[in-house]
Amino acid sequence: MVSEQQSKRNEKQSVADPARILDVINLQVSYHTLRGPVRAVNGVSFFLRVGERMGLVGESGSGKTTTALSLMRLIQAPAVIEGGEVWLDGQDLLSLSEEEMRRARSADIALIPQGAMNSLNPVMKVGEQLRDTIRAHIDGESKAKVDARILEVLAWVELGPRVMESYPHELSGGMKQRVCIAMGILLRPKVIIADEPTSALDVVVQRQVMETLGKVQKDLGASVILVGHDMGLMAQFVDRVGVMYGGKLIEVGPVRDIFKDPLHPYTQLLIGSLPTLKTKEIFKGIPGLTPSLLSPPPGCMFHPRCPKAMSHCFIDIPTLKEIKPDRWVSCHLYNGNTV
Amino acid sequence: MKLLEAQNVTRAFGGGFLSKHHMIAVDGVSLIINEEKPTITAIAGESGSGKTTLARLLLGVLQPTSGAIKFKGQSLTEMDKHRQKMFRRQVQAIFQDPYEAYNPFYKIDQVLTTPIKKFQLASSKEQALHLIEESLQMAGLRPEDMLGRFPHQLSGGQRQRIMVARAMLMHPKVILADEPVSMVDASLRATILESLMKLKRELGISVVYITHDLTTAYQVSQNIYILYRGSVAEVGNVEKVIKDPLHPYTKLLVNSIPLPDPDIRWGTTTDVNVTPVLAGAMTESGHGCKFANRCPFVMAECHQQHPPLYRTNDDRAVACFLYKKEPQVDGSMMAEFLST
Repeated sequence: MVSEQQSKRNEKQSVADPARILDVINLQVSYHTLRGPVRAVNGVSFFLRVGERMGLVGESGSGKTTTALSLMRLIQAPAVIEGGEVWLDGQDLLSLSEEEMRRARSADIALIPQGAMNSLNPVMKVGEQLRDTIRAHIDGESKAKVDARILEVLAWVELGPRVMESYPHELSGGMKQRVCIAMGILLRPKVIIADEPTSALDVVVQRQVMETLGKVQKDLGASVILVGHDMGLMAQFVDRVGVMYGGKLIEVGPVRDIFKDPLHPYTQLLIGSLPTLKTKEIFKGIPGLTPSLLSPPPGCMFHPRCPKAMSHCFIDIPTLKEIKPDRWVSCHLYNGNTV
Repeated sequence: MKLLEAQNVTRAFGGGFLSKHHMIAVDGVSLIINEEKPTITAIAGESGSGKTTLARLLLGVLQPTSGAIKFKGQSLTEMDKHRQKMFRRQVQAIFQDPYEAYNPFYKIDQVLTTPIKKFQLASSKEQALHLIEESLQMAGLRPEDMLGRFPHQLSGGQRQRIMVARAMLMHPKVILADEPVSMVDASLRATILESLMKLKRELGISVVYITHDLTTAYQVSQNIYILYRGSVAEVGNVEKVIKDPLHPYTKLLVNSIPLPDPDIRWGTTTDVNVTPVLAGAMTESGHGCKFANRCPFVMAECHQQHPPLYRTNDDRAVACFLYKKEPQVDGSMMAEFLST
């Protein structure tokens, strides 16, 4: 019932609000294990604006990658999408048929996966792999036309035509990562999901690859969801940040606000724990451990580690609310809509 | 007294005696850890800079092609069994991957009891347990939560801290930590770095901190070595090297750190803000400065010979011809100065 209402509201919304390209509503994903279901993504809702770069951050096990893969419907058993809606440009991706979804992937919403450089086929020339991507979506295009398109996209990511005839092992890590970006944008998707795209690269190359991704995204007018745990990368790249903890989004806001004025106690501790070049020999970790999603704590997921926990944090589950324009937080501290 | 010393060590891999296809992973590096003055020395560089090879040389698991690794003045290759055992006890290692260091079929107790047996650190079971509990506490863990559990039941951060505890059991003089936090979440990273600092501060243990992350290197260390393809590009006081880098490569590295502050934009920290050739496009010239084909300030002489270290400050030296007006300094002399 609720989701039906929400979807109707959302249909109106996406017509009414052309600034939003993606609307995720109450996404639920569980891993079915022998010891019971693990709620990896537990009611995540957020939206992405046209041309926006959004970061999804969290520790390992917070559900950020599962969320990203679920948007593409790329998760596999034992993980199951158990509910929610993913509205992309007026259609709910979660209600598409398998074939419709296959067509939407790459064309409308593309993924640059984690460790993407290892996702290339080692025994196939790069050019051939790129041609495959196009052929899977567009029939009957001549080879010359397909190749012209590939060369154009390779030029966007600052790779020369020579790469077409190379095998992946002949390329450096940074070049392979660029090939993966090229593959992601071949069909000019509206949304690009980049899951830790540079985690295996050195800092210098990382910066070059991210700058390439940013430039391409601007030229395409696409939106990007950058998934990762590197807060430095987020600060440098995204416009807005969503912080995940224990399968939930706990805070969403503009990047500057998240870094300068975090609201959720977890975000505050996370920002405080980041090493900077300003201080030396002072380390502030976050005490305690990430919650077990098999037997999550009652009430707020963060209460066992929270320095500001109140008695009802142990019982009531907080929900993500917009407490001032563009600032969303899921914490009982902000219940009275005061800050 | 010099505790651990790398004396102008070089290590080549691959190729035969007549082959030109060998790769020099570590190229004439000197480093000294002094017994009287515990320090944290950072060795920083990108992948392929030779930092892990240097660590393996310092641990004695790899032999240098030339130069020597010395423990208390004696070369590792010339030590007798007794001294070797002392070396193995006093120099401990913590590696990058806290998942691979464990046998999944054994409880974590095993990684702690094995060294006690091997080195006869305790005479009774009670004493052994006491030792284990003490070192777990030092690493910031509660023994009752850890003992009796299997590796998969612990988080990555806990597993890494158990490795710290294991190293401390031996009461070592030096700990080599090779990327100890690169696979650990941000919130736990601080805790592990804090326990490394504690080793130095409270127990007087020196740490060689090997990393690709200049921010954490800056935070924990006093001295830093910036390696580029096996050679020292810049070495010295961490405050000078990171806050005011001189070598174009160090400048490029510092400028590429994604700082967690949206107000300090990428590429605005130093004046080297070029888009250098990608690493994959580099050519091997054989001689000359290894950074020459990526360097925005390249001069003719950079292609002709490898730059020596120039001492730009008392406590800093740079291997770059831009500073050739400064006095030349030998790598081992610089290491000696920094260690005292």
